[in-house]
Amino acid sequence: MKKFTSVSAVAAPMDTVNLDTDQLIPARFIRKPRDHDDYHLYLFHDLRYDESGAERPEFVLNQAPYRAARIIVGARNFGCGSSREAAVFALDANDFRATVAPSYGDIFFNNCFKDGILPVTLDEAVVDGLRAELHAEPGASLSIDLETQILIGPDGTRYPFDVDPFPKHCLLNGLDDIQLTLQHEAEMEAFEAAYRDEMSWLYR
Amino acid sequence: MTAPRTMFDKIWDRHVIHTTDDGQTLLYIDRQLLTDGTFHGFNIMAASGSSVRRPDQNFAVPDHYVPTRGRAVDDFADDERRQLVATLDANTRGHGITHFGLGDARQGIVHIIGPEQGITQPGLTMVCGDSHTSTHGALGAFAFGIGASEVGHVLATQCLWQKKPKTMRVSVEGERGIGVTAKDIILATIAHIGAGGGVGHVIEYAGSTIRGLSAEERMTVCNMSIEAGARAGMIAPDETTFEYLRGRPYAPSGAEWDKAVAYWRTLPSDADAVFDREVTLAASGIAPMVTWGTSPEDAVPITGCVPDPAGAVDDQKRAAMVRSLDYMGLEPGMALDGLAVDRVFIGSCTNSRIEDLRAAAAVARGRRAAVPTMVVPGSGLIKAAAEAEGLDRIFREAGFEWLEAGCSMCVGINGDTGNAGERIASTTNRNFVGRQGTGVRTHLVSPAMAALAAVTGKLTDPRDLGNEGGAS
Repeated sequence: MKKFTSVSAVAAPMDTVNLDTDQLIPARFIRKPRDHDDYHLYLFHDLRYDESGAERPEFVLNQAPYRAARIIVGARNFGCGSSREAAVFALDANDFRATVAPSYGDIFFNNCFKDGILPVTLDEAVVDGLRAELHAEPGASLSIDLETQILIGPDGTRYPFDVDPFPKHCLLNGLDDIQLTLQHEAEMEAFEAAYRDEMSWLYR
Repeated sequence: MTAPRTMFDKIWDRHVIHTTDDGQTLLYIDRQLLTDGTFHGFNIMAASGSSVRRPDQNFAVPDHYVPTRGRAVDDFADDERRQLVATLDANTRGHGITHFGLGDARQGIVHIIGPEQGITQPGLTMVCGDSHTSTHGALGAFAFGIGASEVGHVLATQCLWQKKPKTMRVSVEGERGIGVTAKDIILATIAHIGAGGGVGHVIEYAGSTIRGLSAEERMTVCNMSIEAGARAGMIAPDETTFEYLRGRPYAPSGAEWDKAVAYWRTLPSDADAVFDREVTLAASGIAPMVTWGTSPEDAVPITGCVPDPAGAVDDQKRAAMVRSLDYMGLEPGMALDGLAVDRVFIGSCTNSRIEDLRAAAAVARGRRAAVPTMVVPGSGLIKAAAEAEGLDRIFREAGFEWLEAGCSMCVGINGDTGNAGERIASTTNRNFVGRQGTGVRTHLVSPAMAALAAVTGKLTDPRDLGNEGGAS
């Protein structure tokens, strides 16, 4: 698993509520292998490019100050909809390292941690304020530190954020959670033995 | 005396292997479902140096990329899709996982065949690398969609690390009106609580209206829980559930059946169980519904009008409405009843079961399609059952296309898509921008309303047909 410790980078504001993962990566690309040379082009593809493949100048990531963005500041229910982890693969392929939003689609939120991307959750008023600052000063940066759980806004304001200890630990250390789980092998075996006995109809 | 528990609490508690001091739970997963869309999961498992821990607790079926106009090698849209289906076949063979392949009559949409085969049962924890896994909660399972990394984790360990979600009870009470279907109930619910209203929660649907639904109708309701942002949806198992499951291939039989039913009867929420959130809807207030926008929360009664962004709850929703209306080619105040459509799709894990096909056929009977219409049954067995009842003949005589089972135009990645600018009345679950093809405008509706749109060429109130549309 990819590590995440901290990031200080340009942040791109995206104001759309309920921005679904079909927008993060249209379904026709999710069959592609993750190591495909064009993977970085799939992110927000239909918002970023028109039918001819030309950039849509109105899309935030196509605007000069945001080309260096490594953080997205979204709106509520960011990443709702489909479970496709390809949405996170596409963020990773463009070197995005963190997202900030008032709330997330649950599956997208969990997927982020698996690929070294930190999904920061802050109060809606705070996130709305951050996006307003980023719009007012295009190319402004945010700093996010996972160890201390602090996000620093463009104006230097410090915002503490919550993150569950377990995914934090995995991200900070880049741990493979499959191997971590298998350390509980004895407990798993004991659970299964008792369970199979009681729920015998499930095992034929 | 133990504290009263919700059904979700009971299922969760039964599957806890380990809980850390900081509240992370290692949860046992009874059954994982795999599709041709979850190939990353096998790669992730292999990359960690693991193998499949419990092959007998994994079941696979190709659905996302399969062709619907035939089953031959040449029917695939291209080599890439053919290869994805072949990869699932190879992966499942290699690991000894049960696979309902393309030539198997039991093949179909993963969320259709789980219940159909009796793989889905009350009290189970079930996962699949697909967000509509919430469907299986209709039989009283805790079932939720996961990403590719978690698929790999379940393959390798048959467990998942989870933080316990909150609970929400959505009670729908009273008798529903004529022409009001399960699809209308869930669209009205999503419109009420919002596309993010269920985030972080597991929804239990309860109340007299829900108890009165058939097992298949309950699947339609639970299917769209994810469109309200919920982790999962579930309905307490009862006689309807047991009768549905009795005799299914993977359901228990004989003494084992009695043992299972005795356990299943312990699952419903205790009378005084406390939910983190309670929502109540009156069935009498629910009409046949249709979506006007690009989020499932954008649903209104068919008798309603396209809303005015000026009346939005806040600036962000207003901006979203303006964008949606632009994409959908609609103006505020337009009546939805009578809006012309270019195409109709009847199918998907939301609405492709036999009762859905009967409801559509009841409308199609003796009429003719005014626009291109596809009917895609949820499984090979549903297709055969529909043909035994003569539904295929009704559809064909009406000029509807009668096709092979799969996800098809719900997600459009097998090659079945609409054309840019087309307006589609669809029995599916998502009206997202580009979902059914680039530039395609989707209106989510029930099977009866879809069939009616097919024969009239426009969105139409199914109650205009009297009782014909049925209440299924």
